[in-house]
Amino acid sequence: MNAELIKEQFPILNQEINGHPLVYLDSAATAQKPRAVLDALKHYYEFDNANVHRGVHTLGSRATDAYEGAREKVAKFIGAAHTKEVIFTRGTTTALNLVASSYGPSAVKSGDEIVITPMEHHSNLIPWQQLALRTGATLKYIPLQPDGSIALDEVEKIITDKTRIVATAYVSNVLGVVNPVKEIAAIAHKHGAVMVVDGAQSTPHMKVDVQSLDCDFYAFSGHKMCGPTGIGVLYGKKHLLEAMEPIEFGGEMIDDVGLHESTWKELPWKFEGGTPIIAGAVGLAAAIDFLQEIGLDEIHRHETKLAAYAIGRLSEIEGITIYGPREREVGLVTFNLDDVHPHDVATVLDASGIAIRAGHHCCQPLMRWLEASATARASLYIYNTEQDIDRLAEALIQTKEYFA
Amino acid sequence: MQLDDLYRRVIMDHYKNPRNKGKFEDGGVTVDLNNPTCGDRISLQLKIEDGIVKDARFSGEGCSISMSSASMMTEAVKGRTYEEALDMANRFSLLMQGESVDFDDYDYEDIEALSGVCKFPARIKCATLAWNALKKGIDEE
Repeated sequence: MNAELIKEQFPILNQEINGHPLVYLDSAATAQKPRAVLDALKHYYEFDNANVHRGVHTLGSRATDAYEGAREKVAKFIGAAHTKEVIFTRGTTTALNLVASSYGPSAVKSGDEIVITPMEHHSNLIPWQQLALRTGATLKYIPLQPDGSIALDEVEKIITDKTRIVATAYVSNVLGVVNPVKEIAAIAHKHGAVMVVDGAQSTPHMKVDVQSLDCDFYAFSGHKMCGPTGIGVLYGKKHLLEAMEPIEFGGEMIDDVGLHESTWKELPWKFEGGTPIIAGAVGLAAAIDFLQEIGLDEIHRHETKLAAYAIGRLSEIEGITIYGPREREVGLVTFNLDDVHPHDVATVLDASGIAIRAGHHCCQPLMRWLEASATARASLYIYNTEQDIDRLAEALIQTKEYFA
Repeated sequence: MQLDDLYRRVIMDHYKNPRNKGKFEDGGVTVDLNNPTCGDRISLQLKIEDGIVKDARFSGEGCSISMSSASMMTEAVKGRTYEEALDMANRFSLLMQGESVDFDDYDYEDIEALSGVCKFPARIKCATLAWNALKKGIDEE
């Protein structure tokens, strides 16, 4: 793949910030949108917009076809066995909260265990913390290895017959590690627990097959994979979703409503109360087409190569600390410069037109584990090039000089 | 965007040689304040007697803007009545909104070096953290 040509398809990247060509290195927070996605949204609103599943008119059919077509596309994209296993949500956070709020209380009781890791994003940590607090279950953490990775023998020790839910990120948004979720799922299943995977940082960057991973739930967001904000997906195994109760009630999700009792639609609609995120789903489908045209394996190769280049270039800078394993498959590098706070790093880089993230990255427990109050993070995607990394490295050296 | 508007010499001096950093053991009111969006935290101690801020110390973690602002704030309010301290806090808020205010009558002009922060919207909350802690501390007293 040619990242330069891909970059040309992203209108936002063709601008100057503070007098310098923009280098966007914050795709782990949100990815930019290619013209194909922007055009799909515009086309939907200009030609097809209507509410779904109710109108008899032509636009209603078109909107419904577009929305349900997007669901089929997502199902194929992640390798789901059935389209009805794909529930549209607002994003990863909403998807994980849906599992914790609906599946959680039916599966977890006092004395049971929920197992997560200290590297989780707050959205895959607080829902389980709350579930544990509400049910009296114990929240246990798989300890991290010194480089931030997960060792399966530790997983074997932590998961027991009391464990009901295991939840981990596929890819850490700070450490850039790819966790062995397939192997963790197998251990969870051996003990009768379900496996929940936070796929926010994996889905945009590598081929995902939920059946091969054999995870029970898998959540991801559209906006980190070139889609619009406000659309995400919860995948769940059919028999689990069928047994779960909806947590939002209203239009679209009902079968029959009486004065005192109601019944729900079948999957997936019983979890999609209210007018759904139609345009978001259309945009997500366009993003999937865009990524598949490049090829997920190709994207993964590009990022692995670029990550190695980034780690090599940044390691040359004196006084830099790079967090996480040195070898990595995903294009995400978290670091700190000695004696310069990450906010100051981010401000100085912004003055050179380089956008990075600084802060705790919604991972406060992990920051404590790293013994850092905050870190800087450069995250890469399909439109980034070695030249972008060079600009980053040069600007970091200037930052050090500025604060010396 | 001029970085030197933000990082003036006075600011870097307060960042590298913070005034009133540390803790006193005896009495006073302690305010712990976080900036949850970025992880900055400050612990401010105030000793207020007879309506006068007798002493102020701070500890915490944060960027050059938040820590230099805390250093300046503690230096500025020491020996002031709490009405004066609140007046300074209000002037600081105006300064962050880009208004032209001065601290001449308080004979403490270091703070004005932070006026450039208003051109960096993402950093205003860094500069105001210590002053918010001050206001909370005076409220509690």
